[in-house]
Amino acid sequence: MNASRISLSVFQVGGDTDRQRMKNPLQVLFFCFALCAVTEIAAEVPPAVLEAEDARIEAVRKASASTLAVFGPEGGGGGSGVVISPDGYALTNFHVSQPLGNALKCGMNDGVLYDAVIVGIDPTGDVALIKLFGRDDFPAAELGDSDQVRTGDWAFVIGNPFLLATDFKPTVSYGLISGVHRYQYPAGTLLEYADCLQTDAAINPGNSGGPLFDATGALIGINGRGSFEKRGRVNVGVGYAISINQIKKFLSYLRSGRIADHATLGALVSSDADGRVVVSDILESSDAYRRGLRIDDEVVQFAGRPVRSVNNFKNILGTLPRLWQVPLEYRRNGETTPVRVRLAGVHGAGELAERLKNRSAKKDRRQPHATPPPKGKMPPIVKAHFEAKEGYANYYFNRLEQDRIAEAFAPYREDLSDTGSWQLEGDFVAEGQRGPFRIELGDRLGVANLPNYQGRADFGGSLFEHLDPPGSGGLLVALHLWQRLLQRGVAEFGGLQYVGQVPSAETGTRMDLLQGFYGGVEVRFFFDPSDGRLVRMEMFAEEDVDPCEIRFDDYRRVAGHFLPYQIEVRHGDQEYGILQIAQMATTGAAQP
Amino acid sequence: MKLSVQKIRRIGFWFAPLLLLACALHADAGSFAEKVNQVQPKMVKLYGAGGLRGLEAYQTGILISPDGHVLTAWSYVLDTEGIRATLHDGRSYDAEVVGVDPWLEIAVLKIPANDLACFPLERAVSGRVGERVLAFSNLFGVATGSEPVSVQRGVISAVTNLAARRGVFQTEYEGPVYVLDAMTNNPGAAGGGLTNIDGNLLGLLGKELKNRQDNTWLNFALPVEAIHESVAAMIAGRPQVPPQNRSLSVREPVDLTKLGLSLVPNVVDATPPFIDAVVPGSPAAAAGFVPDDLVLFVDDVLVQSIVDLQRVCSRIEGGGTLRVLVRRGEGLEKLELETEIPETDLDAPEGTLR
Repeated sequence: MNASRISLSVFQVGGDTDRQRMKNPLQVLFFCFALCAVTEIAAEVPPAVLEAEDARIEAVRKASASTLAVFGPEGGGGGSGVVISPDGYALTNFHVSQPLGNALKCGMNDGVLYDAVIVGIDPTGDVALIKLFGRDDFPAAELGDSDQVRTGDWAFVIGNPFLLATDFKPTVSYGLISGVHRYQYPAGTLLEYADCLQTDAAINPGNSGGPLFDATGALIGINGRGSFEKRGRVNVGVGYAISINQIKKFLSYLRSGRIADHATLGALVSSDADGRVVVSDILESSDAYRRGLRIDDEVVQFAGRPVRSVNNFKNILGTLPRLWQVPLEYRRNGETTPVRVRLAGVHGAGELAERLKNRSAKKDRRQPHATPPPKGKMPPIVKAHFEAKEGYANYYFNRLEQDRIAEAFAPYREDLSDTGSWQLEGDFVAEGQRGPFRIELGDRLGVANLPNYQGRADFGGSLFEHLDPPGSGGLLVALHLWQRLLQRGVAEFGGLQYVGQVPSAETGTRMDLLQGFYGGVEVRFFFDPSDGRLVRMEMFAEEDVDPCEIRFDDYRRVAGHFLPYQIEVRHGDQEYGILQIAQMATTGAAQP
Repeated sequence: MKLSVQKIRRIGFWFAPLLLLACALHADAGSFAEKVNQVQPKMVKLYGAGGLRGLEAYQTGILISPDGHVLTAWSYVLDTEGIRATLHDGRSYDAEVVGVDPWLEIAVLKIPANDLACFPLERAVSGRVGERVLAFSNLFGVATGSEPVSVQRGVISAVTNLAARRGVFQTEYEGPVYVLDAMTNNPGAAGGGLTNIDGNLLGLLGKELKNRQDNTWLNFALPVEAIHESVAAMIAGRPQVPPQNRSLSVREPVDLTKLGLSLVPNVVDATPPFIDAVVPGSPAAAAGFVPDDLVLFVDDVLVQSIVDLQRVCSRIEGGGTLRVLVRRGEGLEKLELETEIPETDLDAPEGTLR
């Protein structure tokens, strides 16, 4: 670009002198030389250079279109953001959205200011999801793969530094990726940047929440932090971005309208004298402990990534949402054991919401001028998409996701009456033995006849008292809750809420997770997002004990009902058995 | 005129392929990742003294020999027995100070390792104004554990002498520097590597220098050619001779007390060799010693404690001229001490000191 512009101006100089017919032949010669040399240069710009230039211009054009200038409801304050879906979902920093409140205004490259509402927040990861209104064809950024980013790659930052863009046309700064997989210790109390990207592209106040793109214009991170320290709050070539791969893991949690929480293993690790990463402390109530992890065990692999250092471990853990179940491999006495561990939330129930409420400007170093969210009137479109609820950023969006799952699940409960008893018959396979079984599930009573167990469970009172059959973790109660979900549906079950998407143990494909509490037990239902099928459930009779896990398989349409004919039951590390159903009868309430 | 145009065109044709080549190399939108990967194993993160606010306990170093010689900036970070050097892959070693050049403000350390990737200084290249460069450093200590150091890109804005701004910057160095357009000299970046975009070493990132007049920060690197000789001397010179061998040959070692210098009481293991008093009229006074001077070097040998100083003096035959480098306040002073003991001073009673 520079080369062509410079040559153009010299051309003009040459043209003028030609017209003036300079008398001094030396001068004429000089200008001829200049003219011709420049002609050659202009003609000989290598195609590769022009292509690279075009590619960069195109990348910046595409990327700028999706970039947002984020303001408060009255147009004050602000930062940056980026649209990630045509229907207007957009990312910014939590520390940008927090002081602005629930209703936001977002300016785009086209000069238009759009209304937006808060959807979900991840205070620990410093991410907020918002939704813009007014279009269904928002230019959305292409999501890249931040694990493929290498130190030394070109990258560029687009945003609204120093809130310069009064016409919302964002500022572009170019630079290198200075480091990858960086771990930034928590600032203040909440924020933690794990596995983040470091760039020397200028990141200044106002760039917060804005996008970091790779050279092709694919979104690889959300800028949020810089090392400034004694140089004052301006760029010193050291900025950090939350990796887009972390955000991808949290996106469904954010879309659930909740205050998303990060995961904890329930164990601390440190490096020993030989540089191995070993467990230095572990909670006996944690799932990792129940799976066999003990102090001094070496953690070899975690969530599919090798663990080489404590930082490495923190990087992996810091990007995982609560309630994910991930593989972990540990080594003891030279022997390696692979297990799968359930990750609890870093914060207890309601703790995160409480901490956010109590947060004062004084406590939060990141927001020295934080003001309470403005109390002004919400625009009607925002008001129609906002619902306050304890523990949620915006419960409206949780309802939206519940409805989506309920709708996809509806075909599986067609024509099932909302009460009545069911009879299941077939073969029970456990430890290689096969024998007939019969289970009857009534509204208030469950009766099971298995080869190794005959008994019943009363569903009238507190469900957690009935863990029958022994060793199953509470199969009868779990089946009762399954029956209840089929009979009443997602909305009428009572207290079910959408958590987000979690990877399945078998293939790693994402499952929609609904969580609820009923009759004193906790239940988690997992649905296949592609067809709405219930693929799995877990029933926790108590906190900190292994659940009764059920996998539903072999869905068949029999007598108008679309039901699973294979039910695998697990508890802890043991497979309890498989129910292979030969016959299933569902009796309505009218019949006895 | 037509002829000249053709001539010029012909020149143009000669230049075009060169130009094409140059443009293809420099306008390459491709990544530096491969070059960066080649440089990272040659950089080390150094951890030492410090830790107070504004005094970061870390900096950077460059491996300059396969046997573990590390070139770095001379700073307070090295003022400890326990310097730790961490390689790009997380391997960590104790580092020893091999030599210090107080005028260039550089130091050479050694780690006990072999077969390391390194930048042999004799193969370093020089940079030119306008050249694109990469800076590798442990800035802000962000690269912890096995994380490789940070890399930044910039352009050499000027090649000039720091002495031009003498008094503005708090440094003893007054030789040539590469002035950079990027924010490369952050906390912890001192001792980092400056390379061209092909990953060849150009220089050593200097310590943070703040302009006292306008509070701006200078981003600069010392060219390898300015420090190469000193580094080679530090590595090659001063073989550690066992004290007994040396003392055999010394008949009349230098006695500082007799030369009119008295040191502070040697209270701890590593009491720094501060001058407590100078006898008026003594050779020490004549050399220009004043109380509170801190002895850093004696005949180019680093002395870190009173014991160190006494040991060094015990190996030097008296009678010659001793070159002594002292720190006085913020600056350094080069002094020359005549070690011929004057007859009269022998009778001076102890009480008259001061």
